[in-house]
Formats: sequence, C-alpha cells, structure tokens
Amino acid sequence: MSQVIPHLSPARRNWQRFKRNRLGYWSLIVFVALYVISLAGEVISNDRPLVVRYAQQWYFPLLNDYPESTFGGNLPIQADYHDPFIKAQLSKAGNFAIYPLNPYYYDTLNYFSKAEHYPGKPDDENLLGTDIAGYDILARLLYGFRVSVTFALGLTAVGVVLGIFFGAVQGYFAGKTDLVIQRLIDIWGSMPELYLLIIFASIFDHSLLLLFGLLSLFGWINLSDYVRAEFLRNRQLEYVKSARALGLSNAQIIWRHILPNSLTPVITFLPFRMSAAIMALASLDFLGLGVTAPAPSLGQLLLQGKENLDAWWIALSSFSVLVLTLLLLTFTGEALRNALDTRISDARQGGTL
Amino acid sequence: MTQPLLSIENFSARFDHKTVVEQLNLSIRGGERLALVGESGSGKTVTALSILKLVEAAQLSGKIVFNGDNLLQKSARDIQRVRGADIAMIFQEPMTALNPLFTIGEQIVETIVAHQALSRAEATQKTLELLTRTGIRQPEKNINSYPHQLSGGQRQRAMIAMALSCKPKLLIADEPTTALDMTIRARIVKLLIELQEEDVREHGEQGMAILLITHDLNLVRKFAHRVAVMERGRLVETADTQTLFAQPQHPYTIKLINSIPERNVSPVAGDARTLLEARKLRVEYPLPRKGWRGLLQSHSFTALHGADVTLREGETVGIVGESGSGKSTLAQAVLNLIKVKSGSIEVDGAPLYQLSKRLQREMRARLQVVFQDPFGSLSPRQTVRQIVGEGLALHFPELTEQERYTRIVQILSEVGLSAQVLDSYPHEFSGGQRQRIAIARAFVLSPKVVILDEPTSALDVSIQKQVLELLVSLQKKFGLSYLLISHDLTVIQALAHRVYVLKDGEIIESGDTAQIIHTPQHPYTQSLVQASL
Repeated sequence: MSQVIPHLSPARRNWQRFKRNRLGYWSLIVFVALYVISLAGEVISNDRPLVVRYAQQWYFPLLNDYPESTFGGNLPIQADYHDPFIKAQLSKAGNFAIYPLNPYYYDTLNYFSKAEHYPGKPDDENLLGTDIAGYDILARLLYGFRVSVTFALGLTAVGVVLGIFFGAVQGYFAGKTDLVIQRLIDIWGSMPELYLLIIFASIFDHSLLLLFGLLSLFGWINLSDYVRAEFLRNRQLEYVKSARALGLSNAQIIWRHILPNSLTPVITFLPFRMSAAIMALASLDFLGLGVTAPAPSLGQLLLQGKENLDAWWIALSSFSVLVLTLLLLTFTGEALRNALDTRISDARQGGTL
Repeated sequence: MTQPLLSIENFSARFDHKTVVEQLNLSIRGGERLALVGESGSGKTVTALSILKLVEAAQLSGKIVFNGDNLLQKSARDIQRVRGADIAMIFQEPMTALNPLFTIGEQIVETIVAHQALSRAEATQKTLELLTRTGIRQPEKNINSYPHQLSGGQRQRAMIAMALSCKPKLLIADEPTTALDMTIRARIVKLLIELQEEDVREHGEQGMAILLITHDLNLVRKFAHRVAVMERGRLVETADTQTLFAQPQHPYTIKLINSIPERNVSPVAGDARTLLEARKLRVEYPLPRKGWRGLLQSHSFTALHGADVTLREGETVGIVGESGSGKSTLAQAVLNLIKVKSGSIEVDGAPLYQLSKRLQREMRARLQVVFQDPFGSLSPRQTVRQIVGEGLALHFPELTEQERYTRIVQILSEVGLSAQVLDSYPHEFSGGQRQRIAIARAFVLSPKVVILDEPTSALDVSIQKQVLELLVSLQKKFGLSYLLISHDLTVIQALAHRVYVLKDGEIIESGDTAQIIHTPQHPYTQSLVQASL
C-alpha cells in the first residue's frame, strides 16, 4: 500500500461523489449563496442609508436612530430618509449618503411615493412593485426567503435532534423500551396536526414561535423511524459486539460506533425535510393561520396574489421565489441521495442526473 | 472423442471497467463431473451464471456452445427454454432460492408443467417420485410443506429435486453445500453423486453432467472427475482430479492444495493454572407465546444446558458443533454479552458475574474476542488507528499519545501490517487484512484469554492458513489461552489442545484433540469426523 493514495473516509468519498453530480452541487452552492445574501439583507434592502456624512460628521443610520432635527429638520421624531427634504439636505455640498441597493425595509411605507394606488406596478421606484399595503415586494421577498429558510433550518435541526434521540434509544435498547416508545409515538403521531394548529392559532396570537413549536412537535416522527431501523440493523453487527467486548459504555457505543453509521437516511432526508418545512410555513401563512402583517412571508404574498389576480407581479414574483427555492433543495436532495446510494457505481455517478 | 456437451471458448466478462473473467476456455463432456475451483473474486460464479445468461450489467464476449448452439447469442425467450430444461442450477442458499410463499410441491410441479407436456396430476406424481429419489423424509407429507418448515439439508434436497425435474443434461451446482452443516454436507454430496451415476447408467455418454463451483478442496477430491482451477479471472490449470492432487503444475494450484492448515502448537505446561472455568452454564432465550397468552406466560428455549468448560494458561480449547448447537451462545456467555440463567464463570479466580460494573469493565481487557465476519466486525467510519486505539484509551487512560501510538504500531507489526495503514479505513483492505486488524484490536489490550468465534470461516483457504499461523505464533509469543469456536474440524485440529463437542446445547464429548479425532466415542462425533476429514 503506497503512501501516495489519500485515505478517504466514507464521508469524504460521499462528498466527492456528490460533487460529481454538477446539477446538485451547483444547486447547493446557489442555495447557500442566496441564503448568505439574504442574511445580509439589512445592507442590501433597507430604508436607511448605510453611511451619512452631514455637516462634517459621520452618521450610521443602520445602527443608530437619528431624529429629523439632526439633519436640519424641525421635528424630534425618527428621520424618514424617503422625505424629499431630508434627501435634499443630505445631498448638499459636502454632505453625502450611501443608500442600500433597494431603499426599502420589509415594513417600509413610502409616504412620498408617486404611485396612484396600491398594489403598485413595478417601476423605477419599486423594482418588483408593491403589495396591497404599499410594501416593497422585492424587500418582502428577500426577508420572506430569509425567514422561511431560517425557520426550515431550525425546524430541521430540532427534528433531527429529536428524531435521532428517540430513534437511537428505541433501536439500541430494542425490546420493551422500543415497544413502549413506539406505542407512545403511534399515539402522538395520530393527533390531528392541522386541527391542533387551527385551534392554537385561534387561542394564541399568531407568531412564528408558536408555529415553530407546534411543527417541531410532529416533525421528528418520520425521521425517528429511519434512525430506529438503522440502529436495529447496526446493533446486530459484530463491530458493535466487539465494542461491547472492549467494555465501552452504551453512550460511547451509540455515539461513536452506531450513530456515524446510521446517518445515511438522516442526511438524505435533510434537503427534503427543509423543503417540506418551507412549504408548511408558506401554506399556513397562505391559509391565514401563520404570521400576521407586516411580518414578511412568502405565503401571505401568495395569498395577496390570489386575491388580486390583476396585480400579476405579486403572484408571479412570490411564486417564482418559492419554486426556485424548492427546486434547488430538491436537486440537492436527489444528488445527495444518489451519492449515498451504494448501488450506483462511481462511474455512473458523474453523467446522469 | 465425442463432441463436448458444453464448451466455453474465449469467454470474457466485464463489469464497467473491471474484467472479471478473461479468455476462458473450458469444456464438459456428457456424464462428467467437473469442478471449477477458485477463491473469492476468481470469477468462477460469474462464469457459471453466464452459461444461463443470469448475470446482469456485465458485458460478455466469446462463445458458450451448448449442443451446437451459442447460448450467448440467444434471445431472452430462447434462453428461457434452456433454463431449467436442459441446464438446471442449484444455488448456495436454498432458503433464498426457493419461493417462501409456495409449497415445495407447487414449485416443482410448476417447473415440470412449464417445460414438459404433462398434466398437473401427472406432474404431481412425478414430483413425488423425485422427492423420494432425493431422499426427502416423508415425501407424501413434505410435498405440501413450505420452505421454512424444512431444515437446511431437506431444503437443499428439494432444490435438487426441482433442478432434476426436467432431466437436465447439465446441472450447475454453485457452492451447493457451503451453507449446510458438516454432517449434512456429506450426505448431499453423496446424493448428488448417486443421482448422477444413476443417470449415466441409464443414458451412457448422454448422461447428466455436473459443473460444481466451489472453493472447498475436500469436496472436490470426493466429487469431481476433473478439476479446473481459476485465479483472478484466468483458468490456470485443468487436470484429472487424481493427477491434480498428486502432481499439481501451476504454483497457484500448489498453493491452494498446501493451504490445508497444519498443526503446529506447543504443548501446555503440566502445571499450567486454570485461567477460565465455566460451571453449569445455562442460557435460555424467551419464546413469546402468541396472542394474549404471551402477556401472562412465556416459554423459553434452552440454548445451553449446563456447560462445564475449563481453560488453562497457554492452552487452546476448541468448541465444535453445528449451527444451532449453542457454541456461539457459549462464547457470548463467557464474554458476558448475554444474561445466563444459571451457572458461574471464574476468570483468573474472580467470579465474573458477581463483579461490580467497574471490575467487569476491567475484566474486559483481559478477555477479548475476534469475530467471524471481517466485514461486519470493523466500524466502517473509523480509521485503523481509531479502531485499534479505542480499547487502549479506555483501559489504559494513563498512556500518553506517544505511548499509545507506539503500542498500536507494535501490535500492527505483530499481525503483519505496517504503520502506513494507520489512517486507512476498513474498506481499503481485503478480508484477510481486516481479520488481522480485528486481531490487533483484541491483542493490543494484552488479554489473557481470547475467544475466537469462527475466526477464519469467512476467509479464503490460503488466507485462512496464514491467519491460523499468525494466531499460533501470537499464542507462543504471549502465552495466551484461546477458546476457539468452530464448525470446521480442520481448523480445530490445527489449533486446539482439547476439544468439546457440542450438540443441541449439550457437551456430548470432550478430550484431547487427537483422541477425539482418531477415536471418537459418541456416534455424532463419529459422523462429524467422517464428514469433514
């Protein structure tokens, strides 16, 4: 055995296989890039300038609130940077302001808009138009995307942790422990999720946290089944017996030996779980069970689009963002699934989708 | 000389970019018993399956001529007519080769009706005859049995009956006895020979030919007229059985024949103290009863009835038995991996089951195990360094990083691996190398007793010999005691000082290895010895 050959761990081999599927690999890169951009949303889409130079002094409206009087106005209230007066003040000789690419936050109402009515068509003021309340759609899409993906990431993380925990305990200890937990899960899983959501939505204020909590309660069940099955299979194998004969504790065996070998279905599941969570949030918002305005949400935009079919730009833009997101996740998921599928040879991995 | 029944000419098989069979030329005459011998990966099974075009996704080239037709050119429809009728096949594992949802009788009748113009009643009559001929117990009753209701040997007989149902001219037997127990193996081999000779008496030159695919040289010697040896996709030698065993020509054949393990153990010192003593070990597995009764009462199956085993310092004790005899249960009871119903084990004078958890864990370092399956016994996501070092970190936490590294490298060189493999993963190794890693993992803890649970039965014969030699040399060097569990008397003979014969959970005979093998007392031991040597 020569030293030149790099020793690839199974995880690295799978990553190499994944990279060879160009569509999936680039989908993942684009998706991550979009999310990173949306995380920097405040710098890209905001109703405040990033930096202001006024009367020989530096101001950072992004970080601090400044009253109008700072910039030569009369009132001690929060400065509105869309106000033509303020704009004029900031563009006088010696002063300047750097504005974000899109000068709207998701809840910015432009009182000085030239639009005659809302929803307003796409124009040079609002690149993708405005919705029925006059909010800028581009800003709402950007922040809506961020909220959706963050929500999905959180939901997936909680689901993975709970699913692995219950699946591991069931699969490793098997027997009575398995039986009891499985029956409890059966009862738990038979609760009507949607009705619970409707009931809770009518009792409590709608909030993202409430949705998150309720969806987390049910999101792990599928996953725990897969993990349980993998654990049941792996615990029989001789490397686990050898580990027990070495004297390792149960926790060490689960954590170091069985878990790394049981993660294949979990990893394969992740992108699909993400897209399911994004869809769940969008549908609940669409049904009016989700968050309320002015919180940004793709589902609400879709609802507005449906109610104002003549304002085609609402439906078209929000629909496109949703489809793009789900497509990217699905492509990633498929590539991941193929990479982890040992029945597909390395040679065939490259060419086909 | 008449035209051969089947001739394989310039045959090659490739999977994607890997050539598994290269330029193979082989022919079988009518009424001949030919053995195709080779180790795993030699391409023997691919060759056999290609005759019936049963390999998917492989590119085949060359010719396979049967009765004047090139089988490789035939369409899927035409080849179906050949399968089962002219050429039949027996597989290694009869449980998976028979459809579990149909009775034995239904499956055989179906084959007969598919290939011959017979009515169902006639076919059933013929099936009964076949089952009687293949020696199935109570054929009238078992014709309506499902595969799972029969034992392994009976299932293999049913498979043979099915294969013979259309009077094939060629029978391909792919490792027909590997999955069976020793004593049953001998009977199946005898049956195959009888059936074939009977057919030859009836039809002379046109009688049935058998192509036997195997890695087992013992079987070849008893069975075949002629032997073809394959090594890594190439045919290296073809000769009459007697000539081949007497004067092998090719170095690989010589290596194969010499790979039957030899005994090379040093005797145990007369005053050696007892390291491990098991008394009246009894293990039961619960059998849940069906329905509501299962909640109230449970039956149990006794896997081990009061076994007494002693093991002295520097000694190897063999536990021999067939599947289901309780030998693996005994190993797990000694390792404290399963709960025993009653009985006790003393390791080095300390009662194993009464020790506190902490002491039991310390005891683990002194009592190690090497398992059978070199593919399942190493965690695929750990490097060799992690696999071997894990036990060291647990039992010798006082070692520094440097000391631990030294110990790992040292034990690896003991088992014949270099320090370069430290960061490799198990999938980069062959079966024999993996077994060496498993041995290193057990031995790095400097144990006193090592339980070897079928340590070589998943390995090829030539590698088996190397591993056994390694085990013997390690024993001499470190003065270890082995508890060797095996179904294979040749392995036991090569390694063990004393033997316990286990049958249905009971020790029926024990004594010195030589004594057991040369003058077995119990009829079961006698049949075991007869079957395997």
